[in-house]
Amino acid sequence: MEFKTVLTVCPYCGCGCNFYLEVLDGKVIGTIPCKTSPVNEGKLCIKGWNVHEFIQDPDRLTMPLIRENGSFREAGWDEALDLVASKLKKIKEQHGPDSIGLFASAKITNEENYVIQKFARAVIGTNNVDHCARL
Amino acid sequence: MIEKVIERVKELLEGGEIKGFVGLCNKNGHTAPYLFTEVAELDHLVVGDFQNPGDARYPLNKLLIDLYRAYPEEKFGVLVRGCDERGLNDLYVWNQLTPKNVVAVGIPCPQELADACGCPKPYPDNSVAEPIAEGAEAQDLIRMEALGVKERFTQWMEVFSKCIKCYGCRDICPMCFCKECSLELDELIPRGEMPPEIPIFHLVRAVHMAGRCIDCGLCNEACPVDIPLRTLYKKVGDIVYRKFNYRPGFDKGKSPLNVLENK
Ligand code: SF4
Ligand code: SF4
Ligand code: SF4
Repeated sequence: MEFKTVLTVCPYCGCGCNFYLEVLDGKVIGTIPCKTSPVNEGKLCIKGWNVHEFIQDPDRLTMPLIRENGSFREAGWDEALDLVASKLKKIKEQHGPDSIGLFASAKITNEENYVIQKFARAVIGTNNVDHCARL
Repeated sequence: MIEKVIERVKELLEGGEIKGFVGLCNKNGHTAPYLFTEVAELDHLVVGDFQNPGDARYPLNKLLIDLYRAYPEEKFGVLVRGCDERGLNDLYVWNQLTPKNVVAVGIPCPQELADACGCPKPYPDNSVAEPIAEGAEAQDLIRMEALGVKERFTQWMEVFSKCIKCYGCRDICPMCFCKECSLELDELIPRGEMPPEIPIFHLVRAVHMAGRCIDCGLCNEACPVDIPLRTLYKKVGDIVYRKFNYRPGFDKGKSPLNVLENK
């Protein structure tokens, strides 16, 4: 028998609420908000409360999917990234850099967000970069 | 007091009487619910007084139920305050736990906490120490009842309207153990509709806590918009006590509302 409570940060939005995942014999069975966290003081929204469900949901994507002839097929990261890069390049050549926009994420780090805007401005050549809440 | 708790748990673990102790542990600078299985870990045991008495209490009985469902043959210890012990008593009534699988290690609450909780019995019977506080009256309820019906209704509707439908009040509750929850019935509470219809959302839960709520206040503390849920459930408990002379966790024997058990 192994029972653990693992302190972690909610993966859902940018608030960064803290909670414990209850792990019984390797399976995540529950979420309990951390009462001593100054961020959320023992409270969560409905998404946070259900983290243990969606992180283990069979519908959760675990690898890249490429759409071909109207349906998805699983692909490796190299193939998926190559495809995205080649398509972005083609769109830029045909329609110009301002035909592309990038949405950053509240769930990633400051540094990763910095890299995204750098990629938009320095690599693609557009100021079309915005926050995920704008989606 | 903490030494006494550690001493008792050590005894239970070393004597092999329990498989583990469901308690609270100081980890990463936070207070965490924790299953102690080794005596060496007990140095990190805390009772849930982080900055103030009882400000880091967790629904440990809920964890105990999870463990009991997975390991019904094993015996576990659990840290209890007065309210948690009432919870255990009532969970036995509802067949969610059996006394032979549980050893309660209790601590009394200080007067400050008892007053804030409006707690009728701020100490458990199975305790490592004598009571240090007397039962307190529910001032919140007294204040609310002093208002006229109209004023009361307006106030409740106003606070209910702040609900963000997080279901936190249900999820944290150590006495909410149903496999199917009425708050998820589409006919009653349509899914995806925000805000939830008031007051039905809160009254459904209040009615379901009748004869079951042991007045621990954890729901109130988990509510992100400070709806005084505890006051509401205190009132519901009051009605059950007056009509059926039954107080969950205090009175042994069958709950008058436990229809499943009626012969
Ligand atoms: S309700 Fe409050 S005072 Fe009463 S036993 Fe629980 S924590 Fe202690
Ligand atoms: S006070 Fe709230 S959390 Fe505690 S038993 Fe009653 S309804 Fe459940
Ligand atoms: S915890 Fe408060 S906000 Fe959340 S569902 Fe319950 S009453 Fe509504």
